[in-house]
This record gives sequence, C-alpha cells and structure tokens, in this order.
Amino acid sequence: MKLSKRPFVTVAVVALLTLLLAAVAPHDITTINVSSDTDFFHIADFPVSVTIVVWTCAALNILLAAGAGSFLFLARRKVPGAITGVAFFAMALSALVYLYHGNNMTITSLLQGSLALSVPLIFGSMAGVLSERVGVVNIAIEGQLLFGAFASAMIASMTHSLWAGLFGSLVAGALVAWILAVFSIKYRVDQIIVGVVVNMLVVGLTNFLFGTLMGDNPVLFNQPPRFDKFSLPLLGQIPVIGPVLFNQTPIVYLMYLALVVVFVALFKTRWGLRVRAVGEYPKAADTVGINVYRTRYVSVVLGGALAGLGGAFFTLGQVGSFGQGITHGAGYIALAALIFGRWNPLLAACAALLFGFAQNLQYGLAIIGSPLPSEFLLMLPYVLTVIAVAGLVGKVTGPAASGKPYVKE
Amino acid sequence: MSTEKTSRLKVDWQSIIRGNALIPVLAIVTSLIVGGILVAIANTDVQAAAGNIFSAPGTFFSTLGQTVGGAYDALFRGSIFNYQASDVALMFKPLTETLAFATPITLTGLALAISFRSGLFNIGGTGQIIFGAMFAGWVGIYVHLPFWIHLPLAIVVGVIGGAFFGALVGLLKATTGANEVIVTIMFNYIAGLLLQYLLKTPLLQAPNTANPISPAVQDTAKYPLLFGDTNRLHWGFFVMLAAVVFTWWLMNRSSIGFKFRAIGHNPRAARVAGINLGLTYVAVMAVSGALAGLAGTTQILGTEQHLTIGVSASFGIDAITVALLGRSNPWGVLAAGILFGGLRAGAVTMQAEQAVPVDIVTVVQSMIVLFIAAPPLVRAIYRIRKGAEVEAF
Repeated sequence: MKLSKRPFVTVAVVALLTLLLAAVAPHDITTINVSSDTDFFHIADFPVSVTIVVWTCAALNILLAAGAGSFLFLARRKVPGAITGVAFFAMALSALVYLYHGNNMTITSLLQGSLALSVPLIFGSMAGVLSERVGVVNIAIEGQLLFGAFASAMIASMTHSLWAGLFGSLVAGALVAWILAVFSIKYRVDQIIVGVVVNMLVVGLTNFLFGTLMGDNPVLFNQPPRFDKFSLPLLGQIPVIGPVLFNQTPIVYLMYLALVVVFVALFKTRWGLRVRAVGEYPKAADTVGINVYRTRYVSVVLGGALAGLGGAFFTLGQVGSFGQGITHGAGYIALAALIFGRWNPLLAACAALLFGFAQNLQYGLAIIGSPLPSEFLLMLPYVLTVIAVAGLVGKVTGPAASGKPYVKE
Repeated sequence: MSTEKTSRLKVDWQSIIRGNALIPVLAIVTSLIVGGILVAIANTDVQAAAGNIFSAPGTFFSTLGQTVGGAYDALFRGSIFNYQASDVALMFKPLTETLAFATPITLTGLALAISFRSGLFNIGGTGQIIFGAMFAGWVGIYVHLPFWIHLPLAIVVGVIGGAFFGALVGLLKATTGANEVIVTIMFNYIAGLLLQYLLKTPLLQAPNTANPISPAVQDTAKYPLLFGDTNRLHWGFFVMLAAVVFTWWLMNRSSIGFKFRAIGHNPRAARVAGINLGLTYVAVMAVSGALAGLAGTTQILGTEQHLTIGVSASFGIDAITVALLGRSNPWGVLAAGILFGGLRAGAVTMQAEQAVPVDIVTVVQSMIVLFIAAPPLVRAIYRIRKGAEVEAF
C-alpha cells in the first residue's frame, strides 16, 4: 500500500510557519484573561511572555513534524490525524499570542463572538449535508438562510411572537429548498443552475420587499422582538465553556439539538442509511424498494428548514430586524464548511467554528490596532475551501450521486 | 449533410408551432406578470384600496392599473423610448442607456457561455470582471501614454488580468480535479476582498481621501463616448459586438472551439480522440476569463472611470442568466444581454419615478431563467401540449 506523504508535508509546512512566527515575534507580554463573573471559581488573569509561547509552539511543531516523518518513513505507518490537528492548533495559538502582544486577550469574548458568527454557518452546513447526502447539490443555502431571516423578522414583527417567527423561518427555508427540490428532482434542471438562480430570486425578492413593505411600514413589518440569552443552570457556570456555550439564545440550544439529531439520524438510523444510499447509488436504492424521489424531497426540504432557522438567528437572535443581504454570503461559507467537513455534520460544524473564529478575529484585532489587514482574515474561509477542494489537505470526495438527477426506468 | 439541413429546418418550424420557441416568450411574459403582481402587492396605495375593495371596487382596480401601468411605463421610458422628453436626442437616450448596460452584461455572458458549452460551469464572472478592471484600471490611471497606444494597452492588460484569474481555475481543475463551481464562487469573494484591500493601499487608493476609491482613469485611456457628454454609451459597445462575432467564430468555426465543444459533450471521448483535457480546461477558462476581463475594461475605462468595490455591479450574476437565456449561443447571448440591459436601465427610471426598487429586475430575471429551464412548467401553466422534446441545458 502506498502511503500518502501529504500529512507529513502539511505538518512540516506548519512547523516552518510557526518557526517563522517565532523568529519575528517581539519580546513582549500578552495578558490572557479567561474568567467571567458568573463562574464557579475565578481564574486570575495571567501574563505570558510572547517569546516563550511562540518558541515553545515552534519547538513542539518541529517535534511533531519529526514524529510525522518517523511514522511515515521509519514505521511505515499512516500519520495520525491528531498530529496535524495539534500542529495547526499550536500555530494558531502562537499566532494569537503574537498578534495580541502588549494587550489583553479575553478568551471568553473571543470565543463568544466566534460562536455567534458560526451559528448560521452550522445551520447552513447541516442543510447542505442533508441535501448533498441525498444527492442534491445545495448551492441555495444562502437563499434558504436569507429567506429564513426575512420571514422570521416579518412574521415575528406582525404577530409579536418570537416562536411564530421561528416557525416562519422554518417554513421559509423549507419553501426555498422545495423550489430547489422540484426543479432539480422533478424537472431535472442542472442543480447548480437552480441553486444559483434561486439565490438570485431570494436576494431580489427580499431586497424588493425590504425596500417597499418594510420601508413603508417598519413598525408593522420589521420590528420583531428579540430572543434573550439565558444561562443553563450549572453548565452555564463552568469557566470559559459556560459563558461561551451555555449562556445563549434558544436558537443556539436548538442548534445543539439539531446537530445531535442530524448526526444520529444520518448515521445511526434506517432512514439515514436510506438517505445515504440514495445519495451514493440511487439505482441500487431504487431496486431494493426505496422511493428515491420521496427520500430526496424529504431530506432536501428538512435541510432547508434547518437553514431557515439559521437565518432567524441573524434577525431574532442578533440584530432584531431584517436588513438587505443580512446574511453576507454566509450560505457560501456554510457550503465551504460542508466541503471542508467532508459532508459530515459534526466535522462541518468544526469547520464552521474555525471560519467563525477567523471572521471574528478581525474585530478583536481591529480594536487593538493590529497591522494584519482584516480583508485577509475574511478571505481565510474561501482560501481554505479552495485548498480543500483542490485536495491539498487530504482527498475530499462528496456523495457519488450528488448533482445527478435520477431517472426512474 | 444536405438531408440534415432540411430536417433541421423542419424541426425549427415544428418547434415553433408546437410551442418550444414560444417558451422563452411565455417565460418572459409570465415573469413580467408576476413582477407586476409583486409591485402591486408592495404598493401602499393598492393596499389601502384593497382594504375597501367591497365598498369601492372601481377605486381598487384603477389604483391597481395606475400602479402597475405606471411602473411598466417608467420601465419602457427608461429603457427604450422616452416619449415625454423635450427633444429628440433625449427621447432616444434611454436606448443608449440600455446598450450601455448591455455591454458588460453581454461580454460577461459570452464569457460564461463559452465555459458552459465546454462543460465547465464558470460562475466566477464577478471575480474575473474585478481582475480585468483592476489591471486595466492600474494602467489607465498610472501609465502615461498617448491615446492610440494607452487605451489598447489598458484593454489588453485588463484582458490578461481576467484571463489569468480564469486560467487559475482551469489550472486547479486540470491538476487537482477541484470542482470549478466551488472554486469560482470562492474566487469571487477572494477577488472582492483583494480589491477592497488594495483600495486602502497607495497602490490603488486615490491620494487625499479616506474613501476606498481610486483616482480617475486618464482621458487617454478612456473608451471615447459615442454620442457626446450626455450619453454614457461608448466605443466599448462595438468592442462587445466584435466579441460576439469572435465568440461565434471561435466556437463554431475554429479548431480550438471544436476542442472546447468536444470536452463539453463528452470529456472521455475527447481524451480518447487525443485532446489534452487539462490543457483545454486551462484554455477554456483563460478565454472565458479574458472576455469577462474585457467586460471589466468597459466598466473601468468606460462607464465607471474610478475603481470602487462595486465595479462589477451585479453583472457577474446577471451574466449567468444571460448565458442561460441565450442558450450559450453568441447571438442568443447578445439578445438576452440587450433584454437584461434594458431591464437594468429601465429599473433606474422605475425606482426614481415610481419608487419601485431596482431589485424587482433581479426577481424577474431569475424567474425567466427558472421558467425557461423547466419547459414542462410553462406548458403546464398555459396548457400547451407537449412538443418535440428540446434539452433544456
């Protein structure tokens, strides 16, 4: 068996970059702040020396590269994924400590901001997983998020009910997904074309209605209430994790639930097996009596409903009103997270967190006046995705039948 | 050969009477009707009149007529002929506006059409326009040369910029098999952010301003205007027409175009026939990017003259619908480009006079494409019997 050299090369490059960082890092202090007032116990802020951190990380990464090399060339075994993961983490840590030198690095707020940016991405990537696993390419995640955001704001504003708004976002996302499903399953139009055009349709429609209905009568149509954050008992008081993960709006708690449900449903139930069978080899699935068309409709529409919820997070969970193009292309980043996470909901969620972290970093860095231009941090998800689809960090293969319409004979 | 030609004529005729050629027309009409309904629903006067529909039905219908009629009247006056204008030149100005919008839309549409026919789904029009505009803009702003060499040089550099950014996608696909749809979507964002960054650096930002805007392109690098200072239509329009003819020649008459179409039809057969797939992918994307880059030059050296983040406007996306509506045929793309150019031009007047947001055009455009993509849907709406099956895309 031929062993892939890629993990080794990746770790070696990461080690080199970390070393480079260490070489240019200044002798300074970064103060790390990890506690919040509501914690069980208080951890004091602690200053760390930038020099020590970056050089420790560099040394660690060189060791890891050597380790990866010995796995590959001496033991002739596959390089464990954990090595790559730890190397990336060490590089990120040293980069952070370097960028924040001379300043306070508040871990909690850094992570809170990242999670907030990741929530719609995670919902969107779940929509993509459900859709692509069943064989329908979902470029329309952006449209599903956007329409969910629009509908939830409008309905919550008209009914003064958050839960009605949330339900509206489910329906809106499902509706957009249903259009995608009808055109790609029934009319067998190229799925990518439908996705792109449906996104255009939703952008045009929501911009138009924002300029007319919502512009003419904002009190009636665009002043929804907003979800309050609430802390879960006990869980919410764990240092760092508590305030970040368990002091959130109900939409975020719904996201945790959905993530578990989608993962279990896809990989541990008969329904999930059928979904994946249809996405890999619809003809075989059909032969054993699975209704290919129905399975596709159900999975795509369910995914759309989840993306709709992600859209509601923008309006009911954050801003408190709808604005033109409020999703800012999050649907495309979700698509990227989905590919980066190899069509697995949990890995996609991790990728989404990573992308959210990169996006959030620009705010933190802008405040401390870091020289790194924010545009390059914003570019990161897109660059990483190109790298992922180009197969530079391991091979990325989607479901085999994804993108192909099925014709029953 | 000759039998094929006669049978082809016959098929055309049959497709007209059975309604296949009718489908684009019906798709456009249906979308305009739905657009009208949306305009009516969103209008406060119509909403008020609808509240009293039982007591005063006449008022409701006259308000409805005024609103929708007023919107489409403005659309007509903004895009084709302004019969309310004071002199003849102003009357025809809307038509020149239509063609000014149609120029970059058609050019980018041609770019995408070439890639679609070659089996590559390039949705990177936005990014390639931006690259073309950045490259051409830099030459137009900072290089000092006489007109006869400055403008051609700026155009060529812009075309190279677009071709480079396109070829990069082809190269990634050829060497790693990366899906071009995902790559081009990501490249659109990367190009946009790169431009945003460069507009904050001395490389492109105008001195003495905090805004993300470049200095103006010098006069020697501008496409000359066709009808004096009051009209925006410029020589880029003829460049666009030439590009239409070039695309037709390239795809239908040249051996390179034959290779492009061959990999579009069946890449495996093309490879067996001795066509180098990887090289052809790069070539397709380079040509495609070059045309989108050319569209970028008509923006920066023609209508815009300053680089801003919005230099590609919505044309990269519009072009997708234009290429689809024109069925990736150069003449079809030209017709679709002028149609959507007209919608864009008319929408400006519609927004100014009737307060109808320009976004209605995007709605109408995307509906047209959806309807055309699914002929059975249009047939079902109008209860047309099924004609000879024509492959949608």
